[in-house]
Amino acid sequence: MRVKKEEMKYVAQLAKLEFNEEEEKEVIEELDRMFKYMENLNELNTDGVNITINPYCMENKFREDTVEESMDIKEILDNSPQNLKEYIVVPQVIE
Amino acid sequence: MKLTAHEIRSMLKNKEISVEEIVRSYLNRIDKFDTILGAYLYVEKEGALKRAKNLDKKIKHGEKMGRLFGIPISIKDNISVKGMQNSCASKMLQGYISPYDASVIKRIEAEDGIIIGKANMDEFAMGSSNEKSAFKLARNPWDLSRVPGGSSGGSAVSVSASESVMSLGTDTGGSVRQPACLCGVVGLKPTYGRVSRYGAVAFASTLDQIGLMSSDIEDCACLTQCIAGPDKNDFTTVDMKVPDYSRSLTKDIKGMKIGIPKEYFEDGLDDRIRKSIEEAVDVLKQNGAEVKECSIPLVKYSMAVYYVIASAEVSSNLARFDGIRYGYRSKSFKDYRDLYFKSRSEALGMEVKRRIMLGTYMLSKGYYDEYYEKALKVRNLIKNQFEEVMKKFDALIAPTSPTTAFKIGEKKKNALSMYLSDVYVLPANVSGMPAISVPCGMVDGLPVGFQIMTNYYREDTIFNIAYSFEQSTNWHKMSPQISEV
Repeated sequence: MRVKKEEMKYVAQLAKLEFNEEEEKEVIEELDRMFKYMENLNELNTDGVNITINPYCMENKFREDTVEESMDIKEILDNSPQNLKEYIVVPQVIE
Repeated sequence: MKLTAHEIRSMLKNKEISVEEIVRSYLNRIDKFDTILGAYLYVEKEGALKRAKNLDKKIKHGEKMGRLFGIPISIKDNISVKGMQNSCASKMLQGYISPYDASVIKRIEAEDGIIIGKANMDEFAMGSSNEKSAFKLARNPWDLSRVPGGSSGGSAVSVSASESVMSLGTDTGGSVRQPACLCGVVGLKPTYGRVSRYGAVAFASTLDQIGLMSSDIEDCACLTQCIAGPDKNDFTTVDMKVPDYSRSLTKDIKGMKIGIPKEYFEDGLDDRIRKSIEEAVDVLKQNGAEVKECSIPLVKYSMAVYYVIASAEVSSNLARFDGIRYGYRSKSFKDYRDLYFKSRSEALGMEVKRRIMLGTYMLSKGYYDEYYEKALKVRNLIKNQFEEVMKKFDALIAPTSPTTAFKIGEKKKNALSMYLSDVYVLPANVSGMPAISVPCGMVDGLPVGFQIMTNYYREDTIFNIAYSFEQSTNWHKMSPQISEV
Protein backbone atom coordinates (compact mmCIF):
# COMPACT_ATOMS: atom_id res chain seq x y z
CA MET A 1 0.00 0.00 0.00
CA ARG A 2 1.37 3.30 -1.04
CA VAL A 3 -1.04 5.40 1.04
CA LYS A 4 -0.54 4.96 4.77
CA LYS A 5 -3.26 5.43 7.33
CA GLU A 6 -1.51 8.33 9.10
CA GLU A 7 -0.98 10.06 5.77
CA MET A 8 -4.62 9.65 4.89
CA LYS A 9 -5.60 11.18 8.24
CA TYR A 10 -3.24 14.12 7.67
CA VAL A 11 -4.60 14.78 4.17
CA ALA A 12 -8.18 14.56 5.45
CA GLN A 13 -7.30 17.25 8.00
CA LEU A 14 -6.01 19.47 5.20
CA ALA A 15 -9.14 18.85 3.13
CA LYS A 16 -11.43 19.40 6.16
CA LEU A 17 -13.09 16.03 5.73
CA GLU A 18 -13.92 13.26 8.19
CA PHE A 19 -14.24 9.56 7.44
CA ASN A 20 -15.38 6.61 9.50
CA GLU A 21 -13.28 3.42 9.62
CA GLU A 22 -15.03 1.78 6.73
CA GLU A 23 -14.89 4.86 4.48
CA GLU A 24 -11.25 5.36 5.39
CA LYS A 25 -10.44 1.87 4.20
CA GLU A 26 -12.35 2.43 0.97
CA VAL A 27 -10.64 5.76 0.26
CA ILE A 28 -7.19 4.30 0.89
CA GLU A 29 -7.90 1.42 -1.50
CA GLU A 30 -9.16 3.78 -4.21
CA LEU A 31 -6.27 6.18 -3.79
CA ASP A 32 -3.84 3.28 -4.04
CA ARG A 33 -5.46 2.09 -7.22
CA MET A 34 -5.34 5.62 -8.71
CA PHE A 35 -1.71 6.20 -7.71
CA LYS A 36 -0.73 2.94 -9.25
CA TYR A 37 -2.43 3.95 -12.47
CA MET A 38 -0.78 7.35 -12.42
CA GLU A 39 2.64 5.80 -12.18
CA ASN A 40 2.27 5.23 -15.94
CA LEU A 41 3.35 8.83 -16.32
CA ASN A 42 6.82 7.91 -15.06
CA GLU A 43 7.44 6.04 -18.31
CA LEU A 44 7.87 9.45 -19.92
CA ASN A 45 11.01 11.55 -19.63
CA THR A 46 9.89 15.11 -18.97
CA ASP A 47 13.25 16.70 -18.13
CA GLY A 48 13.33 20.24 -19.47
CA VAL A 49 9.69 20.15 -20.61
CA ASN A 50 7.65 23.27 -19.84
CA ILE A 51 4.46 22.94 -17.89
CA THR A 52 1.07 23.67 -19.46
CA ILE A 53 -1.51 25.19 -17.18
CA ASN A 54 -4.06 26.75 -19.49
CA PRO A 55 -4.64 24.72 -22.64
CA TYR A 56 -4.56 27.70 -24.96
CA CYS A 57 -2.22 30.68 -24.96
CA MET A 58 -3.72 33.25 -22.66
CA GLU A 59 -2.81 36.87 -22.25
CA ASN A 60 -3.54 39.29 -19.47
CA LYS A 61 -6.59 41.31 -20.26
CA PHE A 62 -7.20 44.77 -18.93
CA ARG A 63 -10.37 46.77 -18.83
CA GLU A 64 -11.57 50.07 -17.48
CA ASP A 65 -13.37 49.96 -14.17
CA THR A 66 -17.03 50.65 -14.61
CA VAL A 67 -19.72 51.25 -12.04
CA GLU A 68 -22.28 48.46 -11.98
CA GLU A 69 -25.07 47.52 -9.66
CA SER A 70 -24.11 44.75 -7.25
CA MET A 71 -26.32 41.78 -6.50
CA ASP A 72 -29.27 42.16 -4.19
CA ILE A 73 -28.15 41.75 -0.56
CA LYS A 74 -31.36 40.04 0.44
CA GLU A 75 -31.02 37.38 -2.28
CA ILE A 76 -27.46 36.69 -1.18
CA LEU A 77 -28.37 36.49 2.49
CA ASP A 78 -31.30 34.21 1.76
CA ASN A 79 -28.74 31.65 0.62
CA SER A 80 -26.81 31.78 3.90
CA PRO A 81 -27.39 29.14 6.56
CA GLN A 82 -28.01 31.73 9.28
CA ASN A 83 -28.23 35.50 9.10
CA LEU A 84 -29.08 38.58 11.10
CA LYS A 85 -29.89 41.91 9.46
CA GLU A 86 -27.11 42.40 6.89
CA TYR A 87 -24.78 39.82 8.41
CA ILE A 88 -24.09 36.13 8.08
CA VAL A 89 -24.01 34.52 11.51
CA VAL A 90 -21.02 32.26 12.32
CA PRO A 91 -19.94 30.48 15.49
CA GLN A 92 -17.70 32.36 17.90
CA VAL A 93 -14.13 32.55 16.54
CA ILE A 94 -12.30 34.70 19.13
CA GLU A 95 -12.16 33.24 22.63
CA MET B 1 -42.94 13.82 -31.89
CA LYS B 2 -39.21 14.55 -32.03
CA LEU B 3 -38.80 18.13 -33.24
CA THR B 4 -35.70 20.21 -33.86
CA ALA B 5 -35.39 23.90 -33.06
CA HIS B 6 -35.33 24.80 -36.73
CA GLU B 7 -38.50 22.80 -37.36
CA ILE B 8 -40.24 24.53 -34.45
CA ARG B 9 -39.05 27.86 -35.76
CA SER B 10 -40.67 27.36 -39.14
CA MET B 11 -43.87 26.09 -37.50
CA LEU B 12 -43.99 29.26 -35.44
CA LYS B 13 -43.23 31.44 -38.43
CA ASN B 14 -46.04 29.83 -40.41
CA LYS B 15 -48.34 30.26 -37.40
CA GLU B 16 -49.05 26.51 -37.34
CA ILE B 17 -48.57 26.49 -33.59
CA SER B 18 -48.13 28.96 -30.71
CA VAL B 19 -45.19 29.16 -28.34
CA GLU B 20 -47.54 28.32 -25.49
CA GLU B 21 -48.61 25.12 -27.23
CA ILE B 22 -44.97 24.18 -27.77
CA VAL B 23 -44.06 24.77 -24.14
CA ARG B 24 -47.14 22.94 -22.89
CA SER B 25 -46.36 19.91 -25.02
CA TYR B 26 -42.85 19.68 -23.56
CA LEU B 27 -44.16 20.18 -20.02
CA ASN B 28 -46.65 17.39 -20.69
CA ARG B 29 -43.86 15.08 -21.81
CA ILE B 30 -42.01 15.87 -18.60
CA ASP B 31 -45.14 15.19 -16.53
CA LYS B 32 -45.69 11.92 -18.32
CA PHE B 33 -42.16 10.49 -18.43
CA ASP B 34 -39.85 12.21 -16.03
CA THR B 35 -40.84 10.32 -12.90
CA ILE B 36 -39.19 7.34 -14.51
CA LEU B 37 -36.50 9.05 -16.62
CA GLY B 38 -35.24 11.45 -13.94
CA ALA B 39 -33.87 14.04 -16.38
CA TYR B 40 -34.91 17.01 -14.29
CA LEU B 41 -34.11 18.17 -10.78
CA TYR B 42 -36.33 21.22 -11.22
CA VAL B 43 -38.98 22.19 -13.75
CA GLU B 44 -39.78 25.86 -14.29
CA LYS B 45 -43.43 25.38 -15.23
CA GLU B 46 -44.99 28.74 -14.40
CA GLY B 47 -42.03 30.82 -15.55
CA ALA B 48 -41.77 28.98 -18.87
CA LEU B 49 -45.48 29.38 -19.61
CA LYS B 50 -45.37 33.06 -18.72
CA ARG B 51 -42.46 33.59 -21.04
CA ALA B 52 -44.23 31.63 -23.78
CA LYS B 53 -47.26 33.89 -23.54
CA ASN B 54 -45.04 36.97 -23.80
CA LEU B 55 -43.36 35.56 -26.88
CA ASP B 56 -46.73 34.85 -28.46
CA LYS B 57 -47.54 38.52 -27.97
CA LYS B 58 -44.31 39.39 -29.75
CA ILE B 59 -45.41 37.33 -32.76
CA LYS B 60 -48.81 39.00 -32.69
CA HIS B 61 -47.20 42.42 -32.76
CA GLY B 62 -44.90 41.40 -35.59
CA GLU B 63 -41.75 41.90 -33.51
CA LYS B 64 -38.40 40.42 -34.49
CA MET B 65 -37.90 36.78 -33.46
CA GLY B 66 -34.59 35.86 -31.83
CA ARG B 67 -32.65 32.85 -33.07
CA LEU B 68 -33.92 30.63 -30.25
CA PHE B 69 -37.44 32.00 -30.30
CA GLY B 70 -39.77 29.85 -28.18
CA ILE B 71 -37.37 26.91 -27.92
CA PRO B 72 -37.59 24.96 -24.62
CA ILE B 73 -34.04 24.45 -23.36
CA SER B 74 -32.92 22.50 -20.30
CA ILE B 75 -29.89 23.62 -18.30
CA LYS B 76 -27.61 21.38 -16.28
CA ASP B 77 -28.07 22.08 -12.59
CA ASN B 78 -24.57 23.55 -12.22
CA ILE B 79 -25.15 26.56 -14.49
CA SER B 80 -26.74 29.57 -12.79
CA VAL B 81 -30.18 30.70 -13.87
CA LYS B 82 -31.42 33.61 -11.80
CA GLY B 83 -34.22 32.61 -9.42
CA MET B 84 -33.78 28.87 -9.99
CA GLN B 85 -31.95 26.29 -7.89
CA ASN B 86 -28.36 25.41 -8.74
CA SER B 87 -27.81 22.31 -6.65
CA CYS B 88 -25.02 20.60 -8.63
CA ALA B 89 -27.00 17.50 -7.58
CA SER B 90 -25.38 17.81 -4.16
CA LYS B 91 -26.83 18.07 -0.66
CA MET B 92 -24.26 20.82 -0.25
CA LEU B 93 -26.28 23.19 -2.44
CA GLN B 94 -29.78 21.91 -1.79
CA GLY B 95 -32.07 24.92 -1.50
CA TYR B 96 -29.55 27.38 -2.95
CA ILE B 97 -31.14 29.84 -5.39
CA SER B 98 -28.94 31.52 -8.02
CA PRO B 99 -28.88 35.27 -7.48
CA TYR B 100 -27.62 35.90 -11.03
CA ASP B 101 -27.61 34.52 -14.57
CA ALA B 102 -24.64 32.79 -16.17
CA SER B 103 -23.49 34.65 -19.31
CA VAL B 104 -24.73 31.81 -21.52
CA ILE B 105 -28.20 32.13 -19.98
CA LYS B 106 -28.29 35.87 -20.68
CA ARG B 107 -27.39 35.13 -24.29
CA ILE B 108 -30.04 32.42 -24.63
CA GLU B 109 -32.69 34.73 -23.21
CA ALA B 110 -31.59 37.58 -25.46
CA GLU B 111 -32.34 35.22 -28.38
CA ASP B 112 -35.80 34.46 -26.94
CA GLY B 113 -35.00 30.91 -25.76
CA ILE B 114 -37.05 29.47 -22.89
CA ILE B 115 -35.34 27.83 -19.91
CA ILE B 116 -37.66 24.97 -19.03
CA GLY B 117 -35.78 23.46 -16.08
CA LYS B 118 -32.58 22.30 -14.43
CA ALA B 119 -31.18 18.94 -15.48
CA ASN B 120 -29.99 16.05 -13.33
CA MET B 121 -26.26 15.29 -13.20
CA ASP B 122 -23.55 13.53 -11.23
CA GLU B 123 -22.75 15.42 -8.03
CA PHE B 124 -20.56 18.44 -8.88
CA ALA B 125 -20.18 16.96 -12.38
CA MET B 126 -18.02 14.09 -11.11
CA GLY B 127 -19.15 10.87 -12.70
CA SER B 128 -19.85 9.11 -15.98
CA SER B 129 -23.24 7.56 -15.32
CA ASN B 130 -25.43 10.08 -13.45
CA GLU B 131 -25.50 7.53 -10.59
CA LYS B 132 -23.64 9.98 -8.35
CA SER B 133 -26.53 12.43 -8.22
CA ALA B 134 -27.41 12.93 -4.55
CA PHE B 135 -31.08 13.20 -5.47
CA LYS B 136 -32.16 10.69 -8.07
CA LEU B 137 -31.19 8.31 -10.81
CA ALA B 138 -31.52 9.25 -14.45
CA ARG B 139 -32.32 6.44 -16.85
CA ASN B 140 -31.36 5.91 -20.45
CA PRO B 141 -34.51 6.40 -22.58
CA TRP B 142 -33.36 3.61 -24.93
CA ASP B 143 -33.25 1.06 -22.11
CA LEU B 144 -34.49 2.04 -18.68
CA SER B 145 -32.21 -0.46 -16.94
CA ARG B 146 -29.16 1.37 -18.28
CA VAL B 147 -27.36 4.59 -17.39
CA PRO B 148 -27.60 7.66 -19.63
CA GLY B 149 -23.91 8.44 -19.10
CA GLY B 150 -22.63 11.47 -17.28
CA SER B 151 -22.00 13.79 -15.82
CA SER B 152 -24.55 15.74 -17.92
CA GLY B 153 -26.85 12.70 -17.91
CA GLY B 154 -30.08 14.63 -17.33
CA SER B 155 -29.31 16.97 -20.24
CA ALA B 156 -28.82 14.04 -22.62
CA VAL B 157 -31.96 12.27 -21.41
CA SER B 158 -34.06 15.43 -21.79
CA VAL B 159 -33.02 15.92 -25.43
CA SER B 160 -33.18 12.23 -26.31
CA ALA B 161 -36.66 11.78 -24.81
CA SER B 162 -38.01 15.06 -26.24
CA GLU B 163 -38.39 16.59 -22.79
CA SER B 164 -36.45 19.57 -24.14
CA VAL B 165 -35.28 20.60 -27.60
CA MET B 166 -31.73 21.46 -26.62
CA SER B 167 -29.66 21.49 -23.48
CA LEU B 168 -26.57 23.01 -21.94
CA GLY B 169 -24.19 20.84 -19.97
CA THR B 170 -20.59 21.08 -18.85
CA ASP B 171 -17.72 19.04 -20.25
CA THR B 172 -14.65 18.79 -18.01
CA GLY B 173 -13.68 15.28 -19.05
CA GLY B 174 -16.24 14.31 -21.67
CA SER B 175 -19.31 15.05 -19.58
CA VAL B 176 -21.29 16.37 -22.54
CA ARG B 177 -20.03 14.07 -25.30
CA GLN B 178 -20.21 10.74 -23.44
CA PRO B 179 -23.87 11.02 -22.30
CA ALA B 180 -24.84 12.50 -25.70
CA CYS B 181 -23.29 9.42 -27.31
CA LEU B 182 -24.99 6.94 -24.97
CA CYS B 183 -28.38 8.61 -25.46
CA GLY B 184 -28.12 9.06 -29.24
CA VAL B 185 -27.94 12.86 -29.49
CA VAL B 186 -25.40 15.41 -30.68
CA GLY B 187 -23.02 16.76 -28.02
CA LEU B 188 -20.41 19.47 -28.53
CA LYS B 189 -17.56 20.60 -26.34
CA PRO B 190 -16.41 23.88 -27.87
CA THR B 191 -12.76 24.99 -27.70
CA TYR B 192 -11.58 26.03 -24.24
CA GLY B 193 -12.15 29.79 -24.32
CA ARG B 194 -14.85 29.83 -26.99
CA VAL B 195 -17.84 29.95 -24.62
CA SER B 196 -17.98 31.91 -21.38
CA ARG B 197 -18.08 29.87 -18.19
CA TYR B 198 -19.19 32.74 -16.00
CA GLY B 199 -21.97 31.35 -13.82
CA ALA B 200 -21.04 27.67 -14.23
CA VAL B 201 -19.92 26.12 -10.95
CA ALA B 202 -16.18 25.46 -11.23
CA PHE B 203 -14.97 21.86 -11.14
CA ALA B 204 -11.53 21.88 -12.78
CA SER B 205 -10.92 25.36 -14.11
CA THR B 206 -8.33 24.58 -16.78
CA LEU B 207 -10.49 21.76 -18.20
CA ASP B 208 -14.08 22.96 -17.70
CA GLN B 209 -16.10 24.03 -20.71
CA ILE B 210 -19.81 24.61 -21.14
CA GLY B 211 -21.07 22.36 -23.91
CA LEU B 212 -24.35 21.75 -25.66
CA MET B 213 -26.67 19.01 -26.83
CA SER B 214 -29.24 18.89 -29.58
CA SER B 215 -30.93 16.46 -31.96
CA ASP B 216 -29.09 17.59 -35.04
CA ILE B 217 -26.14 19.63 -36.28
CA GLU B 218 -28.14 22.61 -37.51
CA ASP B 219 -29.50 23.12 -33.97
CA CYS B 220 -26.07 22.60 -32.45
CA ALA B 221 -24.52 25.20 -34.76
CA CYS B 222 -27.33 27.66 -34.03
CA LEU B 223 -27.04 27.35 -30.24
CA THR B 224 -23.24 27.58 -30.42
CA GLN B 225 -23.59 30.74 -32.49
CA CYS B 226 -25.80 32.23 -29.79
CA ILE B 227 -23.59 31.48 -26.77
CA ALA B 228 -20.05 31.74 -28.21
CA GLY B 229 -17.73 34.74 -28.11
CA PRO B 230 -15.76 36.85 -25.66
CA ASP B 231 -17.23 37.79 -22.29
CA LYS B 232 -15.89 40.42 -19.94
CA ASN B 233 -16.91 38.24 -17.00
CA ASP B 234 -14.72 35.32 -18.10
CA PHE B 235 -11.19 36.35 -18.97
CA THR B 236 -10.39 32.92 -20.35
CA THR B 237 -12.70 33.63 -23.31
CA VAL B 238 -10.73 34.58 -26.37
CA ASP B 239 -11.19 37.82 -28.30
CA MET B 240 -11.81 36.18 -31.61
CA LYS B 241 -14.65 36.72 -34.01
CA VAL B 242 -17.19 33.90 -34.05
CA PRO B 243 -17.69 32.77 -37.66
CA ASP B 244 -21.14 32.45 -39.17
CA TYR B 245 -21.67 28.74 -38.54
CA SER B 246 -24.68 28.50 -40.83
CA ARG B 247 -22.17 28.72 -43.70
CA SER B 248 -20.63 25.44 -42.53
CA LEU B 249 -23.87 23.55 -42.98
CA THR B 250 -23.10 22.06 -46.38
CA LYS B 251 -22.63 18.49 -47.47
CA ASP B 252 -19.51 19.39 -49.39
CA ILE B 253 -16.32 18.19 -47.69
CA LYS B 254 -14.33 17.65 -50.85
CA GLY B 255 -10.59 17.57 -50.14
CA MET B 256 -11.07 17.70 -46.39
CA LYS B 257 -8.16 15.87 -44.74
CA ILE B 258 -9.32 13.55 -42.00
CA GLY B 259 -7.00 11.59 -39.72
CA ILE B 260 -7.84 8.36 -37.93
CA PRO B 261 -5.61 8.18 -34.83
CA LYS B 262 -4.95 4.45 -34.47
CA GLU B 263 -4.55 4.63 -30.65
CA TYR B 264 -8.29 5.21 -30.33
CA PHE B 265 -9.08 1.94 -32.07
CA GLU B 266 -6.99 -0.48 -30.03
CA ASP B 267 -8.07 -3.06 -27.43
CA GLY B 268 -11.04 -2.17 -25.27
CA LEU B 269 -13.20 -0.83 -28.10
CA ASP B 270 -16.32 -2.90 -28.76
CA ASP B 271 -15.96 -4.44 -32.25
CA ARG B 272 -19.51 -3.53 -33.24
CA ILE B 273 -18.81 0.10 -32.35
CA ARG B 274 -15.62 -0.06 -34.36
CA LYS B 275 -17.66 -1.27 -37.32
CA SER B 276 -20.20 1.57 -36.97
CA ILE B 277 -17.40 4.11 -36.97
CA GLU B 278 -15.74 2.51 -39.99
CA GLU B 279 -19.06 2.85 -41.80
CA ALA B 280 -19.25 6.50 -40.78
CA VAL B 281 -15.76 7.07 -42.14
CA ASP B 282 -16.84 5.46 -45.43
CA VAL B 283 -19.68 7.97 -45.68
CA LEU B 284 -17.21 10.82 -45.23
CA LYS B 285 -14.98 9.31 -47.92
CA GLN B 286 -17.91 9.10 -50.31
CA ASN B 287 -18.61 12.76 -49.62
CA GLY B 288 -15.10 13.70 -50.73
CA ALA B 289 -12.94 13.55 -47.61
CA GLU B 290 -9.38 12.25 -47.84
CA VAL B 291 -8.94 9.81 -44.98
CA LYS B 292 -5.61 8.58 -43.63
CA GLU B 293 -4.46 6.75 -40.53
CA CYS B 294 -2.32 8.74 -38.10
CA SER B 295 -0.81 8.29 -34.67
CA ILE B 296 -0.86 10.22 -31.39
CA PRO B 297 1.12 7.84 -29.17
CA LEU B 298 0.89 10.04 -26.06
CA VAL B 299 -2.90 9.97 -26.07
CA LYS B 300 -2.81 6.94 -23.76
CA TYR B 301 -1.45 9.13 -20.97
CA SER B 302 -4.43 11.50 -21.14
CA MET B 303 -6.41 9.75 -18.47
CA ALA B 304 -3.64 9.78 -15.89
CA VAL B 305 -2.92 13.44 -16.68
CA TYR B 306 -6.59 14.26 -16.48
CA TYR B 307 -7.14 12.68 -13.08
CA VAL B 308 -4.11 14.36 -11.55
CA ILE B 309 -5.05 17.82 -12.84
CA ALA B 310 -8.80 17.54 -12.35
CA SER B 311 -8.45 16.22 -8.80
CA ALA B 312 -5.92 18.89 -7.86
CA GLU B 313 -8.16 21.64 -9.20
CA VAL B 314 -11.23 20.12 -7.55
CA SER B 315 -9.59 20.09 -4.14
CA SER B 316 -8.97 23.80 -4.51
CA ASN B 317 -12.28 24.79 -6.17
CA LEU B 318 -14.43 22.89 -3.70
CA ALA B 319 -12.72 24.41 -0.68
CA ARG B 320 -15.28 27.21 -1.01
CA PHE B 321 -18.01 24.92 0.27
CA ASP B 322 -17.37 25.47 3.95
CA GLY B 323 -20.84 25.87 5.45
CA ILE B 324 -20.36 29.57 6.10
CA ARG B 325 -21.80 31.89 3.44
CA TYR B 326 -24.10 29.58 1.52
CA GLY B 327 -24.88 25.92 1.15
CA TYR B 328 -25.21 23.27 3.82
CA ARG B 329 -24.28 23.92 7.44
CA SER B 330 -24.19 21.05 9.91
CA LYS B 331 -26.54 21.21 12.86
CA SER B 332 -24.12 19.54 15.26
CA PHE B 333 -20.70 21.11 15.58
CA LYS B 334 -18.48 21.90 18.55
CA ASP B 335 -16.79 25.07 17.34
CA TYR B 336 -16.07 26.93 14.12
CA ARG B 337 -13.35 24.49 13.05
CA ASP B 338 -15.65 21.57 13.57
CA LEU B 339 -18.30 23.36 11.50
CA TYR B 340 -16.10 23.04 8.41
CA PHE B 341 -15.44 19.34 8.97
CA LYS B 342 -19.00 18.40 9.80
CA SER B 343 -20.65 20.49 7.09
CA ARG B 344 -18.39 19.18 4.33
CA SER B 345 -18.41 15.58 5.52
CA GLU B 346 -22.17 15.41 5.93
CA ALA B 347 -23.09 17.13 2.65
CA LEU B 348 -20.56 15.88 0.08
CA GLY B 349 -20.88 12.46 -1.54
CA MET B 350 -18.18 9.79 -1.49
CA GLU B 351 -17.04 10.30 -5.09
CA VAL B 352 -16.55 14.03 -4.50
CA LYS B 353 -14.69 13.39 -1.25
CA ARG B 354 -12.51 10.79 -2.92
CA ARG B 355 -11.43 13.25 -5.60
CA ILE B 356 -10.82 16.03 -3.07
CA MET B 357 -8.65 13.60 -1.12
CA LEU B 358 -6.75 12.55 -4.23
CA GLY B 359 -6.16 16.18 -5.21
CA THR B 360 -5.17 17.33 -1.74
CA TYR B 361 -2.79 14.40 -1.44
CA MET B 362 -1.10 15.21 -4.73
CA LEU B 363 -0.75 18.88 -3.93
CA SER B 364 0.67 18.23 -0.48
CA LYS B 365 4.32 18.61 0.37
CA GLY B 366 6.54 15.94 -1.10
CA TYR B 367 4.10 14.84 -3.77
CA TYR B 368 3.58 18.03 -5.76
CA ASP B 369 6.55 17.48 -8.09
CA GLU B 370 5.99 13.77 -8.43
CA TYR B 371 2.37 14.00 -9.57
CA TYR B 372 1.07 17.49 -10.23
CA GLU B 373 4.08 19.02 -11.93
CA LYS B 374 4.69 15.81 -13.85
CA ALA B 375 1.12 15.86 -15.13
CA LEU B 376 1.41 19.50 -16.24
CA LYS B 377 4.50 18.60 -18.23
CA VAL B 378 2.90 15.59 -19.84
CA ARG B 379 -0.10 17.77 -20.63
CA ASN B 380 2.26 19.99 -22.57
CA LEU B 381 3.64 17.00 -24.48
CA ILE B 382 0.15 15.71 -25.34
CA LYS B 383 -0.99 19.13 -26.46
CA ASN B 384 2.10 19.49 -28.68
CA GLN B 385 1.50 16.11 -30.24
CA PHE B 386 -2.11 17.03 -31.05
CA GLU B 387 -0.96 20.33 -32.54
CA GLU B 388 1.57 18.54 -34.72
CA VAL B 389 -1.05 16.11 -36.04
CA MET B 390 -3.47 18.96 -36.69
CA LYS B 391 -0.91 20.51 -39.05
CA LYS B 392 -1.50 17.56 -41.36
CA PHE B 393 -5.26 17.16 -40.93
CA ASP B 394 -8.39 19.29 -40.79
CA ALA B 395 -10.03 16.90 -38.36
CA LEU B 396 -9.64 13.62 -36.49
CA ILE B 397 -12.25 10.91 -36.14
CA ALA B 398 -12.48 8.68 -33.07
CA PRO B 399 -15.00 6.75 -31.05
CA THR B 400 -16.77 8.61 -28.21
CA SER B 401 -17.27 5.70 -25.83
CA PRO B 402 -15.68 2.23 -25.80
CA THR B 403 -19.07 0.63 -25.11
CA THR B 404 -22.75 1.42 -25.42
CA ALA B 405 -24.71 2.42 -22.30
CA PHE B 406 -23.91 0.10 -19.40
CA LYS B 407 -26.30 -1.27 -16.78
CA ILE B 408 -27.21 0.79 -13.75
CA GLY B 409 -25.00 -0.40 -10.88
CA GLU B 410 -22.54 -2.23 -13.18
CA LYS B 411 -19.52 -0.02 -12.47
CA LYS B 412 -20.45 1.27 -9.07
CA LYS B 413 -17.90 -0.67 -7.08
CA ASN B 414 -14.75 0.24 -8.97
CA ALA B 415 -14.07 3.92 -9.63
CA LEU B 416 -11.26 3.20 -12.07
CA SER B 417 -13.47 1.07 -14.33
CA MET B 418 -15.99 3.92 -14.38
CA TYR B 419 -13.23 6.40 -15.25
CA LEU B 420 -12.16 4.17 -18.16
CA SER B 421 -15.48 4.78 -19.92
CA ASP B 422 -14.18 8.33 -20.56
CA VAL B 423 -10.91 7.26 -22.10
CA TYR B 424 -11.70 8.61 -25.61
CA VAL B 425 -13.26 11.89 -24.55
CA LEU B 426 -10.62 13.10 -22.08
CA PRO B 427 -7.88 14.05 -24.57
CA ALA B 428 -9.92 16.98 -25.97
CA ASN B 429 -10.14 18.47 -22.48
CA VAL B 430 -6.45 17.91 -21.85
CA SER B 431 -5.54 19.63 -25.15
CA GLY B 432 -8.39 22.17 -24.99
CA MET B 433 -9.44 21.39 -28.56
CA PRO B 434 -13.08 21.26 -29.63
CA ALA B 435 -14.83 17.92 -30.14
CA ILE B 436 -18.30 16.74 -30.99
CA SER B 437 -20.10 13.41 -30.61
CA VAL B 438 -22.48 12.55 -33.45
CA PRO B 439 -24.88 9.56 -33.50
CA CYS B 440 -23.73 7.01 -36.09
CA GLY B 441 -25.38 3.69 -35.40
CA MET B 442 -27.17 1.26 -33.12
CA VAL B 443 -25.86 -1.85 -31.40
CA ASP B 444 -28.44 -4.10 -29.73
CA GLY B 445 -30.94 -1.27 -29.61
CA LEU B 446 -28.49 1.18 -28.05
CA PRO B 447 -27.03 4.27 -29.73
CA VAL B 448 -23.41 4.57 -30.90
CA GLY B 449 -21.62 7.83 -31.58
CA PHE B 450 -18.33 9.00 -33.03
CA GLN B 451 -16.19 12.03 -32.32
CA ILE B 452 -14.88 14.70 -34.63
CA MET B 453 -12.00 16.75 -33.23
CA THR B 454 -10.42 19.76 -34.89
CA ASN B 455 -7.83 22.41 -34.23
CA TYR B 456 -8.51 25.22 -31.75
CA TYR B 457 -11.49 27.42 -32.66
CA ARG B 458 -12.39 25.37 -35.72
CA GLU B 459 -15.91 24.51 -34.65
CA ASP B 460 -16.86 25.57 -38.19
CA THR B 461 -14.96 22.57 -39.61
CA ILE B 462 -16.61 20.30 -37.04
CA PHE B 463 -20.06 21.46 -38.14
CA ASN B 464 -19.18 21.02 -41.80
CA ILE B 465 -18.03 17.42 -41.42
CA ALA B 466 -20.78 16.49 -38.97
CA TYR B 467 -23.46 18.02 -41.19
CA SER B 468 -22.10 16.25 -44.24
CA PHE B 469 -22.31 12.92 -42.40
CA GLU B 470 -25.70 13.59 -40.89
CA GLN B 471 -27.31 14.62 -44.16
CA SER B 472 -26.11 11.40 -45.78
CA THR B 473 -27.55 9.16 -43.05
CA ASN B 474 -30.66 8.85 -40.90
CA TRP B 475 -29.19 8.26 -37.45
CA HIS B 476 -30.17 11.70 -36.20
CA LYS B 477 -33.81 10.93 -36.86
CA MET B 478 -34.02 7.98 -34.51
CA SER B 479 -35.79 8.42 -31.22
CA PRO B 480 -36.48 6.04 -28.36
CA GLN B 481 -39.84 4.47 -27.67
CA ILE B 482 -40.32 4.99 -23.99
CA SER B 483 -42.74 2.54 -22.46
CA GLU B 484 -45.48 4.54 -20.82
CA VAL B 485 -45.78 4.35 -17.10
